Amino acid sequence: MTRPGRVLETAGAWLLGVLCILPLGYAFWTAFHPSEFSTRFVPTAPLTLENFVKAWAAAPFARYFVNTIALVTMILAVQLVLCTLAAYAFARFAFAGRSVAFLLVLVQLMIMPDVLIVENYRTMSRLGLLDTLAAIGLPYMASAFGIFLLRQTFKQVPRELDEAARVEGAGPLTILWRVYVPLAKPVYVAFALVSVSYHWNNFLWPLIVTNSVTTRPLTVGLQVFASVDQGVDWSIITAATMMTSAPLLVAFLLFQRQFVQSFMRAGIR
Amino acid sequence: MVVPVSSAAWRVHVIGWLLLLPAAVLLVAFTHYPVAATIYTSLFSNPKAGRAGVWVGLDNYQAMAEDPVFWQAVGNNLWFAVWTIPVSVALALLMAVWVNGRIAGRGLLRLAFFTPTVLPMIAVANIWLFFYTPGYGLLEQITGLFGLPSHNWLGSRETALACLVVVTVWKEAGFFMIFYLAALQSLSPSLGEAASLMGASRWYFFRRVTFPLLMPTTLFVLVNAVINSFRLVDHIVVMTKGGPDNTTALLLYYIYDVGFKFWDQAYAAALTLVLLVILAAVALGQFLLLDRRVHYQ
Repeated sequence: MTRPGRVLETAGAWLLGVLCILPLGYAFWTAFHPSEFSTRFVPTAPLTLENFVKAWAAAPFARYFVNTIALVTMILAVQLVLCTLAAYAFARFAFAGRSVAFLLVLVQLMIMPDVLIVENYRTMSRLGLLDTLAAIGLPYMASAFGIFLLRQTFKQVPRELDEAARVEGAGPLTILWRVYVPLAKPVYVAFALVSVSYHWNNFLWPLIVTNSVTTRPLTVGLQVFASVDQGVDWSIITAATMMTSAPLLVAFLLFQRQFVQSFMRAGIR
Repeated sequence: MVVPVSSAAWRVHVIGWLLLLPAAVLLVAFTHYPVAATIYTSLFSNPKAGRAGVWVGLDNYQAMAEDPVFWQAVGNNLWFAVWTIPVSVALALLMAVWVNGRIAGRGLLRLAFFTPTVLPMIAVANIWLFFYTPGYGLLEQITGLFGLPSHNWLGSRETALACLVVVTVWKEAGFFMIFYLAALQSLSPSLGEAASLMGASRWYFFRRVTFPLLMPTTLFVLVNAVINSFRLVDHIVVMTKGGPDNTTALLLYYIYDVGFKFWDQAYAAALTLVLLVILAAVALGQFLLLDRRVHYQ
């Protein structure tokens, strides 16, 4: 590799890196400066938290935070239980119709609830669940992705461990809990990170099934706030934007390695 | 002939199905049933004011064939897919090769490339909306520096969809990079050493060795990119609402418009079926292309 080539390549990589960060940096600048500096990049511009204060006061963001946290926790908790049980069945029980059932599970990897909005809305309406957190979460709770990921992991558990536990008189659920779950810990972490970031960021379905402050997650709340054009200025909107993304962003910066490795693990299948 | 089944074998079937049951109920209710119901609903007229829809056969599909906005949405979506998929996948591969090698500031670069992935699409769409604002946004300020005339990037038919392509590529490339990075790290470093001993150039090595070995990852990423190009419309809701003149209406966005703004759920169901057929075709393509042993064992 020639030296100028190497330099050029490094420069290219850095340019791309800057482009990736630029919109975020821009939002940071705008959010932390008075609105007259929102597009004037003077190093001496005074810093302020005023935009955050105004945004916080202008819409019930505290409530939206509570809703989102409740939502992602509920989805993750149910997903972990359902996917663990189903994955265990697929990995270790040769029940009748197993391969057909597994193919039917995989259908959800292609046809995600995201595109079935019309019929799922009708179902929620019939169940009387419109405008509830349950309605936002239900279509995603049996995650084909989670089942697939855990099944792969459980299949790698040596049968001997399984049999040793059985000799000691343990039932299937005890074996699952004592042998399989502890061995799959890194996979659970990976799945949890992917699931939480997915549902923290999810927008279209929650937008459709919610219509009140008490159920709206942050993403929908942010959109409701930002789309009222009556003179809401950009500095305040960007501050609200930063607020909604901050928890994930901070978590990502703190646990970078885990995040990246989790997404990697989730992708290898 | 009755096959005698021991009680132990019965236990396997019963326990297996019991373990699967909770997940199966939800999957059937919110994935399989809606697929079937989509077909059923699309054959009826839209229920109005408490009256149920009546059987109309293929009328909704007839209307669809004559609906210029539908064809425009399909065209837009294809254009959107044709640009976002190759560009984001190619960028992802480039990023992965860079941060896998010995480049200055590798950790920081990796962080920068991946950051767009963790941000909510809805949030970044708001930031980009500001970025594109005519007369005021950052883009206008940059083009203004070069003395270029002001341009309403999101408001004109020629550039609106391209602006959305840029946002999508920016958001997705870092996500796909991760998969390439994982694959690159699993390649044996001795391959590269052997090649450089034999005097092969880096480009030659990449073209003849690395890229072919990355093929399964490329297919996996491609399938994800295709699905995403039909699944992600958050930025459209924020940035253009399908406009101007439906030039940024993608298929799912049009379904959302028809189903939840005009409340014509029967027609929305017919449109959904088109989307489902496209996704099924992608699934079938993947099934035929990918090595089944890799994928399903």
